[in-house]
Amino acid sequence: MSPPLGRVGLHSLPFWQMLQQPTQSNVINGVIASGAAGIMIVGAIVTVVLITRYRKWGVLWTQWLTSTDHKRIGIMYVVLAFVMLARALIEAGLMRAQQAFGLHGGFLAPHHFAELFSTHGTIMIFFMAMPFLTGLINFVMPMQIGARDVTFPRLNSISLGLTTAGAALVMISLALGKFSTGGWFGYPPYTETRFTPGVGPDYWIWALELTGLGSTFTGINFVATIWKERAPGMTLLRMPLFTWTALCTSLLMMFAMPPLTVALSQLALDRYLGFHYFTNALGGNMMHFVNLFWMFGHPEVYILILPSFGIYSEVISTFSGKMLYGYRSLVSATVAIAILSFTVWLHHFFTMGQSASINAVFGIATMMIGIPTGVKVYDWIWTMFRGRIRFTVPMVYAIGFIFLFVLGGMSGILLADPGIDYQVHNTVFLVAHFHNVAVPGVLFGLIAGYHFWFPKAFGFRLHERWGMLSAACWIVGFMLAFFPLYPLGLMGLPRRAVSYAQPSYVPLERVAFVGAILVLAALAALVVQLWVSIKHRQENRVFVGDPWDGRSLEWSVSAPPPEYNFALTPVVEDRDAFTLAKERGEAYRLAAAYADIELPKNSALGPVFGAVGLALAFGLVWHIWWLVILSTLTVLMTLIASGFSRDTTRVVHAEEVRRDEERWIGAARASTAISRADECDSCNVGLAVQEQEGAAA
Amino acid sequence: MSGEIIKHPGLNLGAAHGPDHDAAEPMIFGFWLFLMSDAILFGMVFATYVSSLSATAGGPGPRALYDIRSVFIETLFLLASSFTFGMASLALKYRHGAPRLIAWLAVTLLLGTGFLGLESHDFITMFANGGAPGRSGFLSAFFDLVPLHGLHVMGGCIWLISLVGQIARYGIDRQVKLGIMRLALFWHFLDIVWIAIFSVVYLGGLT
Repeated sequence: MSPPLGRVGLHSLPFWQMLQQPTQSNVINGVIASGAAGIMIVGAIVTVVLITRYRKWGVLWTQWLTSTDHKRIGIMYVVLAFVMLARALIEAGLMRAQQAFGLHGGFLAPHHFAELFSTHGTIMIFFMAMPFLTGLINFVMPMQIGARDVTFPRLNSISLGLTTAGAALVMISLALGKFSTGGWFGYPPYTETRFTPGVGPDYWIWALELTGLGSTFTGINFVATIWKERAPGMTLLRMPLFTWTALCTSLLMMFAMPPLTVALSQLALDRYLGFHYFTNALGGNMMHFVNLFWMFGHPEVYILILPSFGIYSEVISTFSGKMLYGYRSLVSATVAIAILSFTVWLHHFFTMGQSASINAVFGIATMMIGIPTGVKVYDWIWTMFRGRIRFTVPMVYAIGFIFLFVLGGMSGILLADPGIDYQVHNTVFLVAHFHNVAVPGVLFGLIAGYHFWFPKAFGFRLHERWGMLSAACWIVGFMLAFFPLYPLGLMGLPRRAVSYAQPSYVPLERVAFVGAILVLAALAALVVQLWVSIKHRQENRVFVGDPWDGRSLEWSVSAPPPEYNFALTPVVEDRDAFTLAKERGEAYRLAAAYADIELPKNSALGPVFGAVGLALAFGLVWHIWWLVILSTLTVLMTLIASGFSRDTTRVVHAEEVRRDEERWIGAARASTAISRADECDSCNVGLAVQEQEGAAA
Repeated sequence: MSGEIIKHPGLNLGAAHGPDHDAAEPMIFGFWLFLMSDAILFGMVFATYVSSLSATAGGPGPRALYDIRSVFIETLFLLASSFTFGMASLALKYRHGAPRLIAWLAVTLLLGTGFLGLESHDFITMFANGGAPGRSGFLSAFFDLVPLHGLHVMGGCIWLISLVGQIARYGIDRQVKLGIMRLALFWHFLDIVWIAIFSVVYLGGLT
């Protein structure tokens, strides 16, 4: 019989070692770890107390957690992403501090430092970028194609539940036990029981299994939605570019997540049941893991970047007041990137024993990705050319992106050459490269999208100046934090080094540390911006719904949109459907008749699967077998019971739809249309003056 | 059949089923997407198996462990169950009534559980002959691939029982129809996967 709490014991607490052996190093690391755990626990308690104090549990449950509305699910995903972003950025700051003072030591223990880079990478990819982009696609895509919701609303809520459970597991690892030290890709045999017997890799495995399952379902759901729910006339080549990138990303999720699921399951079988997939003995082969992982891992980076490419396309076109230049080439480039993404996985391990010929093939395939990406960059620049550009916050991110991303891409082309890769692999040159594409590429895009669509989601604009400050801090902070890593890599500093013996590294490390501080300031500015914006929301309302003179259908409804999105299903005749409607004077018109609208009912399945998934994973991590059995049975029973549920839709009556429409169109008629010069002023209530395409002022 | 609008690949309910036929379109399409994703899952596990063939680490290999007669009977069970599920689908489409539908489903379930019983017996024999998954990389890969298929079949059986329960509770309503149509795809898909397993693992291993 195993004990009821499995492997959990006093030694699992973050301050235990410091109390048992109070050496200086143990105390410093114990205080940092316990502080982090404390912040997490206090944060959770404060949240619970505040919700109870303001009696919001009912609202939270009925309006949010059990909601099957794609817009609310999208918003919850983005909230999750921001919470996780905060943690992972603080970890990044700690790592930069360690390296800045890491000549012959530093203050962090090697094990602690290894946990930090593992959680930082794992969180940033799986629990920050993935939920962020999934949230934005969830919120925007159905409206862009003129749909009422995604094809499988309950499944959508379940995906959110599973992703949140994975994130919660990573958060729990702060307070109980230690996370993996194997990096975000957790290569065996290091992560096998023989070398890492503790709970760390198990936390990593089950957190990723949960969110991986969620992402697979999300991919299926989005592809089905884009394929089957488009409004009449919304042909594939009339879809907004963001929807195109959403489609390609979702296809990649569908096809790239299974290799991850397989790799993680096999590692789990090795660790739990003594199989030999990746062990050193009895025919195990760790190269299987490496191949499987990167068959997922490389498409994954395009899963991350494609939606951001879509966001930049929308942002640049909107804020240049022009139709997107080279729409068809952008679509082809997106599809080309999606396909090529499956052909380059080997470049993640050029140095791991293939023949030179194989390396050459994958090196060339890798360089080829630069071609469609280059096409995109030119298309964006041509879209801006002779446009009337407005330097709003999203546009500043977009312009910063173009400059910085091209640099990051260039260093990628260098690394695609196996000869060069042999020289710099596993140095911080690589770290500089992938942050140079991931931060300006993925993250700036997501934050630009957050600024762009925030008014649509909540009905008021975000504060412009705090946004600018944040953007400036992000851009400058990024450059200071990561450009020094290029020369440091060339000077030979290995990645993930907890300390070093070369005094010549110190100045560049210090510069990078300053950059990290600026990035943390950028995050703080985002928080302040949100606070200030909520406080002044009344004067920044954009209820009419079109604050940026938008071009696609999501701008053609009120802000926030009604839960059914469109009172009548729109009929699409060309690209930029809303711009067309505005030019023809067909926007903001009451229809002669409205019909009843059928919507999915709320469902508790999402939170239930989230909670049970978390319990199952927690039981597996800590070997609490009764919990594992209980949760498995609950999953099974819930699945069967949900099959028996009928009556899963409800009806919004035509009268109610008409009332909503009259209120909104009445507001539109009573409002003054503003020109683009007043876009960021409180007179912007979401109604735009129509101007000539691309005309100068 | 002429003039019927095909809403999705595979057996369609047909216009005679009215709105249920329309409702099937996105639902069945989504399920095809899931099957594609699941096919990748199996593909990766197949790849693991094929690239682990020589990793027997001195332990028993295919010849010492596989019993082709038993596997052949299992194959016949599964193929027959695909046929009986096909009959169930026809009973659904042409509205032959709940008793006939349930009868075909029950035969399918019987064949499915028979398959699982024989397969477990195979595994037990393998264990007895020193063929446990912890013995070698090859056996680990075998016990990833073949039981993964078995688990899918087991899931299919549970789903089938649950659908029969839904028929008992609600009759053949829209959700039952869509459920049976999806389970049918799932069942035939597993049959195809099994044919790949039979060819690659068993025939390939014994030639």
